[in-house]
Amino acid sequence: MALEFLSLTELRKLLDSKKVSSVELAKHFLSRIKNNGGNSYITVCEDGALKQAGDADAFINSPGDNPLLCGIPYAAKDLFCTDGVRTTAASKILDQYLPPYNSTVINKLNGQKSVLLGKTNLDQFAHGSSGETSAYGATKNPWDETRMPGGSSSGSCAAVAAGLASWATATETGGSIRVPAALTGVSGWKPTYGRVSRYGVIAMASSLDSIGAVAHSVEDLARLAEVFSGRDEKDSTTGHQGVPAYAADLDADLEGVKVGVPKQYFIDGMNPGVKARVMESIKELEKLGAVIVDVDLPNTKYGSLVYAIVCPSEVASNLARYDGIRYGHVTSDAKDLLQVYEKSRAEGFGNEAKRRILTGTYVLSAGYADEYYKKAQRVRGLIVREFAEVFKQVDVLACPTTADVAPKLGHAADDPLFGYVTDQLNIPGSLAGLPALSIPCGFAKPADDDVELPVGLQIIGPQWGEQKILNVGYAYQQATDWHKRHPRAAE
Amino acid sequence: MLTIDEVIKLAKLARISLTEAEVGRFQKDLAAILDYIDELKKVDTTGLDPVSQVTGLVNVQRDDRAKVADNHKQIFSQAPEMKDGYYKVKAIL
Repeated sequence: MALEFLSLTELRKLLDSKKVSSVELAKHFLSRIKNNGGNSYITVCEDGALKQAGDADAFINSPGDNPLLCGIPYAAKDLFCTDGVRTTAASKILDQYLPPYNSTVINKLNGQKSVLLGKTNLDQFAHGSSGETSAYGATKNPWDETRMPGGSSSGSCAAVAAGLASWATATETGGSIRVPAALTGVSGWKPTYGRVSRYGVIAMASSLDSIGAVAHSVEDLARLAEVFSGRDEKDSTTGHQGVPAYAADLDADLEGVKVGVPKQYFIDGMNPGVKARVMESIKELEKLGAVIVDVDLPNTKYGSLVYAIVCPSEVASNLARYDGIRYGHVTSDAKDLLQVYEKSRAEGFGNEAKRRILTGTYVLSAGYADEYYKKAQRVRGLIVREFAEVFKQVDVLACPTTADVAPKLGHAADDPLFGYVTDQLNIPGSLAGLPALSIPCGFAKPADDDVELPVGLQIIGPQWGEQKILNVGYAYQQATDWHKRHPRAAE
Repeated sequence: MLTIDEVIKLAKLARISLTEAEVGRFQKDLAAILDYIDELKKVDTTGLDPVSQVTGLVNVQRDDRAKVADNHKQIFSQAPEMKDGYYKVKAIL
């Protein structure tokens, strides 16, 4: 039995019936990570995981019900602060950082007695869509190790795809969950902005940052969404909306559900195989009872342009805190305070972080803020309004997650526009704070090789419409088995 | 395209020292990015307000209550340099 690809409910049953212990599970995953980690982990918490697993076993062996995630091993993107456990954001400036507290999500997972296997690789500070900007080397795509897994939640997605964790935490600002989920063939959930607390997750662009998860199925994601979601006094942007019983209310009956297909998401030059798989999956939704409606989102093309201004502006502001004084890397070569700042930051930040800081500083600087930042915020309003109008006609949108399958490693190289192009089908929804899923919907070949690589179907919902997208994704996965395919290297 | 001096000034404002090679590289990168976003200028946004918060929350507040934190030692252990319970910094002047 392949323990590494079991669902949360299957693992729960095995653990509760004592057919497997949490320590056995943890050892199973730790040994898989050791054998072929694909650079998906930056830090493996071997001792910590075995200790947490031992505690979980003791809890399971005592009378009473066990929480859903009790004893189940998971991985956390290395952007989540973990008390006393190294948290790098894949940067050199936080190479030795030991957070003095847990992020809210980690606290919730600890409350359920989950088992943290380790901290996963990512694009440095989540800046990127390839995984290549990590200061600890690029993560490999388990479907083809010469290819990138996408980013920024590269390690979380690659680890779940390769069976190196049952599921993983992830974060998204403009595509960072959906893109790597699509390129590695796993299910990813990007929540409504404010659905999940960002407290203790290293900030990238605060008006966009969302905390989500990747797993083997939509059903698992629905269960995780119940654990993750809710208001947090420590994050004032969390919404006051109640948390529905997403998993209990999963409904595979799509009769009469209106699925919008935005033509702007099928862009010129997209991989024909990707387009074909997504069209087939929309046909499948129709077969399941959904009503397919063509919809128009003409401002989609401005999404990445708005993001190219808003994101670096907020990055420049959020990264100002790294000063070499309170925590993080400090230069050993400074004569005065100004040099401490300038050199610590020069030595600690990678190329992409520097580029975003400089871009943000420029577009926010005196004389340019109106021309760039304010303008971008106004166009953002247009995009928000356009989605709101479309969701008066349809329940969800279905479209490709990415326009192509996983590119070769090195392809992003140092192209300053790589992410804005790769994420163009995800960014507009992020700007509007919308929830979305990416789920596996088949395979397609890249233009440069004769290999089959995963394709992602993107399902976007209105704000707080998690249940709607989960239902559509769940229905699709009840009827298909693309989410049960695993890379050969993982078997 | 920004001049070399403008890139150096930006780096000063952002408190990052750049090598000569980096100044040249970021001059080119910024030109590519500014060129890319230029198309936004064509969008008609008359009468539209700037949007930064999309879920409708306004001025979220909570009670201003002091709480006891017991992890000072752990917090300060992350500082590169401390003296007598204070962060130690280089002279400003």
